[in-house]
Amino acid sequence: MTEKLETILASLPAERRYLILFLHLVQQELDYLPEEALRAAADYFAVPPAEVYGLVTFYSAFRLKPGCRHEVTVCQGTACHVRGAGELAAEFSRLLGVRPGDKNPEKGVALRTVNCLGCCALAPVVVVDGEYQGRVQVSKVPEIVKKLTGKK
Amino acid sequence: MNQKRIRTVGELRALRTRLQAAQKPPRLVSVSAASCGRASGAMALAAALDEEIGRRGLEGSVELRLTGCHGLCQFEPNVVIFPEKIFYPNLVPEKVPWLVEETLVHGRIVPELAFRESSGSQIFPRLEDLPFLKKQVRWLLDRHLTLDPGRLESYLEHGGFMALEKVLSGISPEEVINLVQASGLRGRGGAGFPTGLKWRLARQAGQTEKYLICNGDEGDPGAYMDRGLLESNPFSIIEGMIIGGYAVGAALGFIYIRQEYPLAIERMSVALEKVREAGLLGKNILGSDFSFDLELIRGAGAFVSGEETALIASIEGRRAFPRQRPPFPVVRGLWGQPTVINNVETWANVPMIIEQGPSWFARMGTAHSKGTKIFSLVGKVRYTGLVEVPFGLTLREVIEEVGGGPEPGQRIKAVQTGGPSGGCLPASLFDLPLDYESLQKAGSIMGSGGMIVIDEATCIVDLILYFLRFAREESCGQCAPCRLGTARMVRILEKITRGEGRPEDLELLEKASWTMREASLCGLGRTAANPVLSALSYFRDELQRHVLDGECPAGVCRGLISYTIDKHRCGGCLLCLDACPAEAIEVADDGYPRIDQKLCTRCGACLTVCPADLSAVIKLNKKGAGAGEGSREE
Ligand SMILES: Cc1cc2nc3c(=O)[nH]c(=O)nc-3n(C[C@H](O)[C@H](O)[C@H](O)COP(=O)(O)O)c2cc1C
Ligand code: FES
Repeated sequence: MTEKLETILASLPAERRYLILFLHLVQQELDYLPEEALRAAADYFAVPPAEVYGLVTFYSAFRLKPGCRHEVTVCQGTACHVRGAGELAAEFSRLLGVRPGDKNPEKGVALRTVNCLGCCALAPVVVVDGEYQGRVQVSKVPEIVKKLTGKK
Repeated sequence: MNQKRIRTVGELRALRTRLQAAQKPPRLVSVSAASCGRASGAMALAAALDEEIGRRGLEGSVELRLTGCHGLCQFEPNVVIFPEKIFYPNLVPEKVPWLVEETLVHGRIVPELAFRESSGSQIFPRLEDLPFLKKQVRWLLDRHLTLDPGRLESYLEHGGFMALEKVLSGISPEEVINLVQASGLRGRGGAGFPTGLKWRLARQAGQTEKYLICNGDEGDPGAYMDRGLLESNPFSIIEGMIIGGYAVGAALGFIYIRQEYPLAIERMSVALEKVREAGLLGKNILGSDFSFDLELIRGAGAFVSGEETALIASIEGRRAFPRQRPPFPVVRGLWGQPTVINNVETWANVPMIIEQGPSWFARMGTAHSKGTKIFSLVGKVRYTGLVEVPFGLTLREVIEEVGGGPEPGQRIKAVQTGGPSGGCLPASLFDLPLDYESLQKAGSIMGSGGMIVIDEATCIVDLILYFLRFAREESCGQCAPCRLGTARMVRILEKITRGEGRPEDLELLEKASWTMREASLCGLGRTAANPVLSALSYFRDELQRHVLDGECPAGVCRGLISYTIDKHRCGGCLLCLDACPAEAIEVADDGYPRIDQKLCTRCGACLTVCPADLSAVIKLNKKGAGAGEGSREE
């Protein structure tokens, strides 16, 4: 891992403005931000570790723990909200046995909510393992869940 | 194709002329393949078309092109076939052989694949027939029909970089600013600040390092105009910024795109590379002594980073904390230097203004709002998508004529504009013209172009609670009025939706709103109460019914609705029993299912599964109060 971090660091100038880009690149590579990466960033960009941590927790894009094999994202933007996104998230939550923002290690599924994916005309929108699905009805959720947890 | 460096204005002109004159296949099939198209299967459709075109040996006479967002998002995936502009909405791959045989081989329209209104039998086979395009003026969106967002050559064929060519052929920076100012262009990001004036202020800062920023954070949930532009025509944004750099005297600019838009980031990054390769970004552009470059920045997920001072902090590698203004970014921006920050759509308008002239631009619109505006027309309206209309059209024209009015069997109640900083305007105000001042006077704002239509099935209390929760989550927490005010209002509104509201709560909401408006640090806090204030002025009756009568007229607030089963209608199938996630339904002694009001979570699953011909599950838009369990007659 150290090697990977160093390769990424070597590609960036040691200026503070590349700190967020560094975090993006690490997460892209490792799927999350291990403590080691935060320390390396603090060193390299000469920013106090607490500030790096503050940054990582401020922005919703970053995570400090690995994700899951499967990921379901339910949009909670306004357009989706008025078309029943709340019930949709609740149904996913119920069937997957996991609260939004959390994961179920047994089933290997994480459930996330976001504020708008920019596909508002297709509301409500759900992203299942990177695949966008529009106009998802609550009655379709069991099928999506079955397909997801059934596949290896 | 690797683009050779274009060294002079003459070379650029020659290349464009050559590209425009080149022999092209007589037919073009354009597949709309931006994010919403892809989410609806555009790539599978394109693959099927490609295969069938190959199988029929039509490669020489038909070009298949993946284009950006046509704005017709409701009808994804769709194709437009040129030169006739035949429009086939919601096209599935299975229909492709039919389409190819009829339209591409024989040049005939397939009526069965054409658009028709749900109620009528009349078909609308061509783009210009479509009823929802009639009132639109699509200066920006129309190019998305044919432009290949991945190829610079395609942009040049569409007249791309003509504005830059004109500027570098001898217009002074001051004159460029005069043109932009004369056009009346105002910022499309929300506040509507005159763009030319902003540029002039930056120009006047004199000989010092200056920066440009393109604000592509598009945080308003429910709005996606900027995504549409970034994914479909990244080049015009780049061209606008190069011209801006020339005008204000900046050598570097940043394009900040929210990370939730991966395709926009990808397309912009490819476009930047191509433009740089061609020498239109970099040192001594087109042989002039003007040098300018652009850097792409990927956001990291925070609504407040759309606020200009917060965005600047984010580019500098810090948390996106807004700061007090003044000083405004044109005075002290990125790294303390004068910085011009404009919205994506603002930048996209610039080349057009330079090329066609300010009076051409200003002939569209109202006295103080010029040109066109893209709106994201979504929610409970028949035709959802991106629409581009001249300023001054009324809300009614946009919602009823462009949007096709309510969904079947519903009534439109209001439209929400301006997102979390805006408000809800009731249907009685739909004759208001769309411009910055009118909406503001009515207690909302135009914002960046989000337009969410709601109908009688949407509860106003639920909606304002939604926005306040959003503001609470996204508040950066620096100032108390915003941090505490949003939390307080969420608590009050939650209480109301649970059915525990009191009449005083409405006054409390109003008081908290004014405090936040007066005392918050940045625009987020200052405007976060707008949804509440507009609801208090236009939907007070609905709010009062919640707190006085324990009633939710829309039947949404869970604490104010209840379900019962009418055993005189019940067929005893017990589908509801299986469907109930809370196990709140049991079979009573008489053999009929009964809902235990204490266990019931009011999810409505029983109502959904109850066979329509029986309709034995009854929903009341009032509190349960033990409402006759089993049957109301007992
Ligand atoms: C909380 C908040 C969020 C904002 N979000 C955005 C945004 O997502 N996109 C945008 O262009 N402007 C946004 N703005 C407005 C910017 O601060 C700024 O006014 C705008 O980018 C200026 O560009 P314009 O003059 O071209 O509109 C936001 C403002 C506030 C207060
Ligand atoms: S509101 Fe859900 S995609 Fe925009």
